[in-house]
Amino acid sequence: MSTETRLTLRTARARPDRIFRGLALGAGISVLAIMLLVGFFLAIRATDALGTAGWSFFTEQAWEPDAGRFGIAAIIFGTVLIAVVAIAVAVPLASACALYITQYAPQRVRSTLISLVDLMAAIPSIVFGLWGFFWLQGEVVPVARWISQNFGFIPFLTVEGADPSDPLAPTTVFTSSTFIAGLVVAMMITPIITSIMREVFDQAPVGEREGALALGATRWSMIRAVVLPFGRAGMIGGSMLGLGRALGETIAVYIIISPVFVMQPRILENGAISVSSLIALRYGEATEFGLSALMAAGLTLFLMTLVVNFAASLIVARSRSGVSS
Amino acid sequence: MAIDTKPAMLPPSTVSSPPPIEVDVAPEEVGASEANRARGMRREVRRQLGGARLGDLFALVGAVTASLSTTWAVTTQIMPVTGSLGPFLIAFALFVAFYTLLLSFTEPTPIVRDRVASVVVHSLAIIVVLTLIFVVAFTIFRGLEALRFPNFFVQDMSLAGPLDPLSAGGIVHAIVGSLIQITIALVITIPLGILTALYLNEMPGRFASFVRTVVEAMSALPSIVAGLFIYATAILILGLEKSGFAAALAISVMMLPIMIRASDVVIRMVPSTLKEGAIGLGAGQWRTVWHVVLPTSRSGLATAIILATARGIGETSPVLLTSGFTAAMNLDPLRGPMVSLPLAVFQFVKSPEPTMIARGFGAAAVLMLLVLLLFAGARWLGGRTIEKQDRARHRRERALASVVAAIASIGRAVRHIGRRAVPVLRAAHVAGARVARAINGLWVVLSQRVRQALGYRSPEMPPTESIDPSTSLSLAAGEQT
Repeated sequence: MSTETRLTLRTARARPDRIFRGLALGAGISVLAIMLLVGFFLAIRATDALGTAGWSFFTEQAWEPDAGRFGIAAIIFGTVLIAVVAIAVAVPLASACALYITQYAPQRVRSTLISLVDLMAAIPSIVFGLWGFFWLQGEVVPVARWISQNFGFIPFLTVEGADPSDPLAPTTVFTSSTFIAGLVVAMMITPIITSIMREVFDQAPVGEREGALALGATRWSMIRAVVLPFGRAGMIGGSMLGLGRALGETIAVYIIISPVFVMQPRILENGAISVSSLIALRYGEATEFGLSALMAAGLTLFLMTLVVNFAASLIVARSRSGVSS
Repeated sequence: MAIDTKPAMLPPSTVSSPPPIEVDVAPEEVGASEANRARGMRREVRRQLGGARLGDLFALVGAVTASLSTTWAVTTQIMPVTGSLGPFLIAFALFVAFYTLLLSFTEPTPIVRDRVASVVVHSLAIIVVLTLIFVVAFTIFRGLEALRFPNFFVQDMSLAGPLDPLSAGGIVHAIVGSLIQITIALVITIPLGILTALYLNEMPGRFASFVRTVVEAMSALPSIVAGLFIYATAILILGLEKSGFAAALAISVMMLPIMIRASDVVIRMVPSTLKEGAIGLGAGQWRTVWHVVLPTSRSGLATAIILATARGIGETSPVLLTSGFTAAMNLDPLRGPMVSLPLAVFQFVKSPEPTMIARGFGAAAVLMLLVLLLFAGARWLGGRTIEKQDRARHRRERALASVVAAIASIGRAVRHIGRRAVPVLRAAHVAGARVARAINGLWVVLSQRVRQALGYRSPEMPPTESIDPSTSLSLAAGEQT
């Protein structure tokens, strides 16, 4: 038998194909260029401020770029505090909602509920801001006062300047607080967390679920033994995606808070701050150097959300691939 | 983790206690049961497990009553609180506690846990859904005050000050501004987004996966930072005015990653058998994309575009930095500030004047309705898979057939009634004719008598004796002509 020589196959593409490939590649490259430009531009403009401030950028609490005293310690602290309040409220709500949709709801209402939750994710943040400022704030103030009166011995629940013995004291110390901003942001991130958790819970193997039920498990013990361990990674990942969203939320927070530039851990008390509301607050009157400082703050926020999001998508992806293996 | 199981020895009443178990039938099982049916086996009917007992109802009612009364005591006597949210939260916590307590009197621990978990999951889910409905309803309700005035939709705010009543001024400039900005953003993002998604799927490789990673990273970009980027580059460095175009650029930077990721997922879903079929028939890559990939994913792509539009149109923060603010209509996206709906809401509610706040809510309600409309469109398009379209066609045909059948049956009924009614009608007709003749005859007779009594005699009148009812009718008719 004669040995066949290996054929070399060359692709000669027709002209429309070449044009299409060129266009698609061009689109890919330009998107990449835009995205990298945003990142690099932020980084380059931020170096100006970062170089001046040095390491004190991460320890200084005040924000007076033109006086040379500025840092993001208080701002990052405030941002994280709002996000933590939001996550603490949103995760139980979202878990319950996802569990209800996947495990309890009758088949008929399931798709309606899913589209309702998706709709909630599409509501503009300004609408949530209005709701939070004009309705929720008035409802939360008495609750905040009640908590601070009865549980004020816990350090972060105390409120300075409130007089528990005076029932007619003005309530302004309780308004515009981290707590209220966190509640509004919680409502905004609940749908995102819910939809990820729902997807993960839905993938819990039917055989194991029914096996548990067949062994005599109640529905809740089936959920605890099968669905929750199966979806744990998805729950963590979904919560982190929600956290990334909560960190970057601007306008609802901006409407509600009254800014302070010190680390203020008392969440029920008037005064809070976040990076994005700082940018919205100060970009207008900023000098070139002030803008550079704002860029540095924005870059820090971007890096934080980037890390959180990548970790989250890694965890979610691993939870899905881990299922099949 | 150990699985809680029901104790083996239970009183008969508790055996039926677990709530009905919904067995989710997986597709393979459906196939199996159909195979069984094909073999002539009896199809299994899902067994109804459990149900509600009177005791469950008592526990629920008792817990609610106890929680309400204790809440009253706590919130008014022990730890006073005003408002509605506080008492509600306390009542809920107390309800769960009392419910647990009541159940634990009669039920074993696993069942108590199951019931309590079920109650908590149900109520939290209801709270989330009610909050959503409340947010939407609250905005629209507060907005109605401004929406009642027709001028709200056709005027701008250039001639209306903060102290003017709602019958002056409106938000048409913001509506138009929003539409112009989102149109520009869509013109940029749709081709770029879909081409990039095609690139990621059609020309996979190391560079494509790098692009995908970067796009994924950029979807973490906070929207205010996107606005800050455009503000610093396009406005401060390139010297563009604060304008609608700058705002559209900022919205585009924010929408691009959303659009690319959504279309990427949709295009990836196109079955490779379809693409291979096209290639096997000799189609090139471009023809495959144009005739197979894009048509197959059309409804998914439309959904992706609409959802990205809904996100883009509601964004406030990038617009806040880049578009500037004006109270007047501006149709030129390149020159002068141009306001959009979310920004108008933001500016309105910053004012302390109640009329301005009402206008803010009105604009928010319009924005909300716009988003709802877009979302409904997306759901409608997204739901239109080929099978569903087929099913809808069948449904339409069935509906048409049933309408035709209904009309036919109505026709039959009418004919039936008609057949029954013919003799009746005929009899009525005859009777009516007789009555008419009689009356006419009476009339003729009477009038002749009167004329005779008056001494007047018409020459054409036939003699009185010869008149009988049957001829008088035709006579009367003849008289009229």
